[in-house]
Amino acid sequence: MDIERRHIISVTVQNESSALSRISGLFAGRGYNIESLTVAPIPNEELSRLTIETYGNQKTVDQIEKQLNKLIPVLKVVEREDFVEKEMAIIKVPIEESLSDFDALCRAYNGKIVNVGEGSIIAMVADDPKRVAFFIKAVQRFNPIEIVRGGVVALER
Amino acid sequence: MKISGARMVIESLKKEGVKTVFGYPGGAIMNVYDELYKQSDIQHVLNRHEQASVHAAEGFAKNSGEVGVAIVTSGPGFTNAVTGLANAYMDSTPMVVISGQVPMSLIGTDAFQEIDAVGISRACTKHNYLVTDAKQLPEIFKEAFHIARTGRPGPVHIDIPKDVTAQIEDFEYPDYVDIPTYRPENRGDIEAIKTAVEAIKASEQPLLYLGGGVVKSNSSGLVRKIAEQTGIPAVETLMARGVMGADNPLLISMLGMHGSYAANIAMSETDLVISLGARFDDRVTGKLSEFAKDAKVIHIDIDPSSIDKLVDVDYPIIGDLNFVLSDMLPLLTDIDSEKFADWRETINNNDKLHPLSYEKKEDILKPQQVIEKIGEMLGDNANITTDVGQHQMWTAQFYPFTRGRQFNTSGGLGTMGYGFPGAIGVKVADPNRVSINVTGDGSILMNIQELMTAVEYKIPVINVILNNNYLGMVRQWQTLFYEDRLSETDLSVQPDFIKVAESFGGIGYRVATIEEFEEAIRDAVEKNIVAIIEVAVDRRENVMPMVPAGGSLYNMMLK
Repeated sequence: MDIERRHIISVTVQNESSALSRISGLFAGRGYNIESLTVAPIPNEELSRLTIETYGNQKTVDQIEKQLNKLIPVLKVVEREDFVEKEMAIIKVPIEESLSDFDALCRAYNGKIVNVGEGSIIAMVADDPKRVAFFIKAVQRFNPIEIVRGGVVALER
Repeated sequence: MKISGARMVIESLKKEGVKTVFGYPGGAIMNVYDELYKQSDIQHVLNRHEQASVHAAEGFAKNSGEVGVAIVTSGPGFTNAVTGLANAYMDSTPMVVISGQVPMSLIGTDAFQEIDAVGISRACTKHNYLVTDAKQLPEIFKEAFHIARTGRPGPVHIDIPKDVTAQIEDFEYPDYVDIPTYRPENRGDIEAIKTAVEAIKASEQPLLYLGGGVVKSNSSGLVRKIAEQTGIPAVETLMARGVMGADNPLLISMLGMHGSYAANIAMSETDLVISLGARFDDRVTGKLSEFAKDAKVIHIDIDPSSIDKLVDVDYPIIGDLNFVLSDMLPLLTDIDSEKFADWRETINNNDKLHPLSYEKKEDILKPQQVIEKIGEMLGDNANITTDVGQHQMWTAQFYPFTRGRQFNTSGGLGTMGYGFPGAIGVKVADPNRVSINVTGDGSILMNIQELMTAVEYKIPVINVILNNNYLGMVRQWQTLFYEDRLSETDLSVQPDFIKVAESFGGIGYRVATIEEFEEAIRDAVEKNIVAIIEVAVDRRENVMPMVPAGGSLYNMMLK
């Protein structure tokens, strides 16, 4: 019950400019941490969906849920363990001889090379958040210049 | 009808039934003040500081149960109002606070008197709006009042740029509002209610724990009925004083840090806490792990986030107390109140053992004596407001409150300076009763300028300063926990409060005996103008009992 663990909270909110700051302000003001946060409008609706990745014990997360629900523009808050979760990352590495090894690594993580420049290439992967973390570890040997993680998106089964 | 945004503000307020607003004009809100000037349906009270405007609106709201309204300008007007918003937020008071803002084209340019008002108020309001188009105004006002007064009430802030108040648009005020993302649960779940009733029937030593929610939902009558029907004794929080009525034999007293011995022991020994609109504040619970340790907990609250926030709840019920208690009452008819006779006897014995008390002295007045005297003289005929500190606790302990809305105090935020403007709001809401502000020599100076407001509008608040020449509550803590190192709490350097009152056009009394005090109260009530009664009281009197911060509720200092 009191173990700190990772939680995914999915929040459906009205599309309004202040909604995000209400939510992030709630986390900041109460000392809850946000590990990652994604937000985008839901197609054809006046709503947006936020996915928040956070760490905390169950009591804290229950309280976060209730506080989120208390915000006027929040329609729905869902927290569960069996979400289908995906995360994307894009990565820039210098062009070296082992290009085919790099390409194979990206493919193993459901990715591919998306841009080839003069001295560097950019690849993307999209996979379970855990596997994206593995990928980032594995890719270290290609001396990445920059890595951008997209944050978790999740959907109930 | 095509009208300006400013006019829309006034028309919206009228539609919401607002008769009185408190405020202070300034550059960005001038269009609204211009419209106020042109009409006579809404009376405006010009406080002498924006903080006081918001407190006055809150005093009005707490006493009347209606939405309190304050109007301020941008920048410093708004930042001065923030303490008032925070106070209303912590005490769940229904309010709408309107602020001016610099014109849309200047927002974000560090313009004169510009501040990100909604950015600041987000943390201390139930909801807020920055209006970017006058077309939005009718709907925003309808929503704001709806949000302020429904569910767990609270303050709503509306920030309006100056060009929006000048914009001319069609005005049609909606009759009805539905916010799909905001639909408070009023009806408690009937199965949950039945389960809770079973728990009450199974308990041996149940205790009603009454909070401010009882007052806000106007369910004092139902609560009294339930107590009387079942014979279950009750404790009140600071915010619930008056709910049971002082002479009700089922009322133990206030509980918490300065609660009575019997109340705190009852809470420690009960086997079933029945929490009605209370929120297990740290000033009530003391050390959480020891709080009502052996008890099951029923928690009825309109705000789901109050449940399980601090204390684990066995029987949660989310809903408006009026609905829930109405459903509960008929299910409780077969409880024989004799069942709890021993429990009540134990409590009564505890109360006899260590009643709320103090020792009188020959040569100097005790502050508690003064409170008792006001109660004796005015009783139900007065509304009592306080500032924050020792005098507040003594008032809560010793005034014989008879109804929930009689006592008006800054509970959650603990705002020194709330009392005087709060009492002004109370007097406006309930002009037929005497409005007393019990205050301290520290607190009164935090909004003393309201003498001017009270004189101008003939609002005869009686300020009773329990003067101990100390910042008393902090002094008490220094004495008890800091080896009496009185860091910056000696307030011996003071104005002549009598002359202060007189210079504004009020009346002042300096008294040192109970007879003089009685005479001063009588005279002030008769003269019916704003008054300061400065009472010299024992400098070193402490508020007792006391549960030291973080200590267990049952470990009280009694002397």
